[in-house]
Amino acid sequence: MASDKVKTVTDADFGDSVKNGLVLVDFWAEWCAPCRRLEPTVNQLAEEYDGRLTVAKMNVDENPATPPNFMIRGIPTLLLFKDGDLKETVVGMAEKAELARMIDKHLS
Amino acid sequence: MTTDRQVIIIGSGPAGLTAALYAARANLSPLVIEGFEAGGQLMLTTMVENWPGFRDGILGPDLMAALRAQAARFGAEIIQGDVTSVDLSNRPFRVQVGDKACTAQTLIIATGASAKWLELGVDKKLSGRGVSTCATCDGFFFKGRPVAVVGGGDTALEEAIYLSKLATHVTVIHRRDTLRASKVMQDKAMATPNIAFVWNTEVVDIKDPDKGEVTSLVLRNNQTGETSALAVDGVFIAIGHTPNTSLVKGQVALLDNGYIKTEKGSRTSVPGVFAAGDVQDPVYRQAVTAAGSGCMAAIDAERFLAGTGH
Repeated sequence: MASDKVKTVTDADFGDSVKNGLVLVDFWAEWCAPCRRLEPTVNQLAEEYDGRLTVAKMNVDENPATPPNFMIRGIPTLLLFKDGDLKETVVGMAEKAELARMIDKHLS
Repeated sequence: MTTDRQVIIIGSGPAGLTAALYAARANLSPLVIEGFEAGGQLMLTTMVENWPGFRDGILGPDLMAALRAQAARFGAEIIQGDVTSVDLSNRPFRVQVGDKACTAQTLIIATGASAKWLELGVDKKLSGRGVSTCATCDGFFFKGRPVAVVGGGDTALEEAIYLSKLATHVTVIHRRDTLRASKVMQDKAMATPNIAFVWNTEVVDIKDPDKGEVTSLVLRNNQTGETSALAVDGVFIAIGHTPNTSLVKGQVALLDNGYIKTEKGSRTSVPGVFAAGDVQDPVYRQAVTAAGSGCMAAIDAERFLAGTGH
């Protein structure tokens, strides 16, 4: 269930991708079952916050450089950036309402 | 989603999906609410070698996908979402899924069990920062690093064996001097050169929450009282599971150990409410026994409905 509102980011463009505005990055991998469970929630957030929030995904298998910079030791992990600064970290499964509340807090 | 169902099944592990398969084949048009952890514990495993009929084993997620498709083929309706509350005081029973409500004449509770934590506080704080309950999810981040596994059952050894292929060294920490794991798993773990065992030992602290990562464990030998430190980058906790009963607590009778009490097959203390799988099984807790009890719950529900004129 891919969403065209979700952008794919890599080690090469990560810095530029989170530099402006509010950006939610989903760190995931093919072999991670909980990541697949979280995917529909992330896609829905991308649709509902379209224009106000950038939603991006990073495959940790293909991008070994970025996860250690944020001490990621488990996936799924969601990081929320505002103008390049890390504002929130969510590790593991999360409910949509909870994530929406977290995003809303940083939208004002 | 029609509002009044004959059967609603809460949970989608082997118990829930087998119940759905049998209920669907009995023309009860069951609704399955998958839950937050759809597919259950098998979604977090790799090769399942003790599911009958698969000589060479089957991957847990593949088994669950096949079971789900099989239940759907016979007309089970399977929806995503987590049940937020149930009201069992009157029949039809009410099931709330977020802002949606549905009702059912019978209910099958198959909510399973979730991994236990150490109750140190610090272990939850460092969750995803080096503390994990799922080696297949998080082992990847410990390539070429030392890790520890806490526990002595099949799950603990399965995690240790999986991690031994990634980590430099795996230390299994167990609070007794014998393992609860099956003989075949013990032999496999003992034969793995980079797995070591520390016996009669408990984890009393995990360092270093201030750094936001795991650097070492503080261990205590429960025979001598001696404490020691073990430098690891990750710790995987496999000390068992607790039944997921928060939805029905106070509404159906539970055993002293917290599992749902069932009798005469899958009957709970509330007529029309049945329970299957790990949520009601403190003894066997196998995928195949969960599936078997799911079958029992569907047949019990079908007979209950026949008896009440539905």
